[in-house]
Amino acid sequence: MQWIKRNLFSSPFNTVLTLLCLGLLIWVVPPVVDWLFLKAVWGDQPVAACNAVRGEGACWAVVWAKFRFMMFGTYPFEEQWRPAIVIFILVGLLVVSAFKYFWNRSLIAIWTVGILLAYWLMAGGLGLSSIRTGQWGGLPVTLILAIFGIAFAFPLGILLALGRRSELPIIKSISVIYIEVVRGVPLITVLFMASVMLALFLPVGWQIDQLLRAQVAIILFVAAYLAEAVRGGMQAVPRGQYEAAEALGLPYWKSVGLVILPQALKISIPPIVNSFISLFKDTSLVVIIAIYDFAYAVKKSVETDFEWKKYFIEALLFSILVYWIFCFAMSKYSQWLEKDLARGHTR
Amino acid sequence: MAIDTASGRTSSIGNAALASRFQAGDSAGAGLPAISIEGLNKWFGEFQVLTDIDLTVGKGEKIVVCGPSGSGKSTLIRCINRLENHQKGTITVNGIELTDNLKNIDQIRSDVGMVFQHFNLFPHLSVMENCTLAPIWVRKQSKVEAEATAMKYLERVRIAEQARKYPGQLSGGQQQRVAIARALCMNPSIMLFDEPTSALDPEMVKEVLDTMVSLAREGMTMLCVTHEMGFARAVADRVVFMDKGEIVETNTPQEFFDNPQNERSRQFLSQILDR
Repeated sequence: MQWIKRNLFSSPFNTVLTLLCLGLLIWVVPPVVDWLFLKAVWGDQPVAACNAVRGEGACWAVVWAKFRFMMFGTYPFEEQWRPAIVIFILVGLLVVSAFKYFWNRSLIAIWTVGILLAYWLMAGGLGLSSIRTGQWGGLPVTLILAIFGIAFAFPLGILLALGRRSELPIIKSISVIYIEVVRGVPLITVLFMASVMLALFLPVGWQIDQLLRAQVAIILFVAAYLAEAVRGGMQAVPRGQYEAAEALGLPYWKSVGLVILPQALKISIPPIVNSFISLFKDTSLVVIIAIYDFAYAVKKSVETDFEWKKYFIEALLFSILVYWIFCFAMSKYSQWLEKDLARGHTR
Repeated sequence: MAIDTASGRTSSIGNAALASRFQAGDSAGAGLPAISIEGLNKWFGEFQVLTDIDLTVGKGEKIVVCGPSGSGKSTLIRCINRLENHQKGTITVNGIELTDNLKNIDQIRSDVGMVFQHFNLFPHLSVMENCTLAPIWVRKQSKVEAEATAMKYLERVRIAEQARKYPGQLSGGQQQRVAIARALCMNPSIMLFDEPTSALDPEMVKEVLDTMVSLAREGMTMLCVTHEMGFARAVADRVVFMDKGEIVETNTPQEFFDNPQNERSRQFLSQILDR
């Protein structure tokens, strides 16, 4: 009671504000809860059930009705168990990488196996029917682009950051030019370049898979941003740390790997995770070069069905929820990691 | 002996340490010098920080370098393990000349220990890991072997019980003793000290100086930039006084403190001893 009085009704003006806010909440919240939950249509129901409460309750039935297409897009229906497993493999890779216990050489082995397994399941061969990447779609495509984007852009970004701080003029200028050029153009143009322009430069008959091109474009793009995030961390490591490592006779790569990077990366966790989260969402831009990721599959799943078309908003909200779950998990993990790495190191 | 009464900090050294001054003994000057510097010149851009430095340090010799701030004394010892490069002259450490040759630099660095003013311990590693990092990755020792050596030196600087803690959990004096142990773990033949006590709280100066004195007693070749005149009296074979990038006077501590030969030395001594 004391708290309420002190914080909400301390002056006439505050009292008025409090009452106004209360009124607003009472006015807005019940209808929203009604629409989202209470009057909504849940579960595997026919579209008629949705039509009956149209305008009053959300039609979550659309998610049940279109779930397979949202998740896997145009991937052949009978084979969709394969991308389903791939989703688990990819999320599994992320989860395994999150544990410090695996932060050693075994992680490289785990990722190699994971990548090969995921590729085999998606593309087929060796006993599985082969599926062109053009038919891939939905959540696995988003996860592939995002997770392999992170996995390869991260080391490349570290190398670029080291390059930019290098005392060797050639390496330094290459890194600076690369970072400044790539950061200066929109991702969409990089994707277009990879999709359209590359074909002009390659000899006739040469063809690189469209998905691979997009993947490489994303990696190269994000690496430039990560490089600057990592460089920021390196600059925050005191000069004395470099000198102490040098004075002990540690060669360059060892002092970087054992002394500088562990400290620099810890400092750079917030901007690095920032880049990872934007990368995850930016993968939805690949739709402009005809790769059908999760966001596009969700859109298409309702657009192409005359009956369900009017429940587009519900489908969209579902895709937002999925993106949010992944991004929020990354954010939470990074906060935990920051705390965990700080623990014990200070008084 | 005006100095003993005038200097407040002289007393920070243990009496036992002061009682018997370490003598360089028969090893000093015999055979190859540990460090030999000839005609050393260094510039930071246009500014000349070191001018025509000549200095030879015998094996087992202890040298204290002092001088006003900006006199180039830190720069001088940082040249010896190539934290700074020089533009003119030669520096030879244990018979190896310092050039741009990276292999030579790494070899000299692993044989020359350095203790910094601000400790520069690795904050993300425990005390033990700080001490074993270089032995494992540079000397290629096994972890067990490196930890045994580290424990030996941590015991010697009387901090073994803190081995599992992180630097941030230790006091300044403790951190500096760990830094000394870390340098010793590489089994260096020469130790460089760059103002090891000037970032410490007064009550912690003694514990670090005691460690340095006992190290000196064991015959380590030492080059110390310090203003601890009690330490200089206790262990130094020679005091090198620098001003404006030049060596102004080289003398035994007794002579230097009681009967400085140079006007600038006298001025400097009166300034630091009048505090």
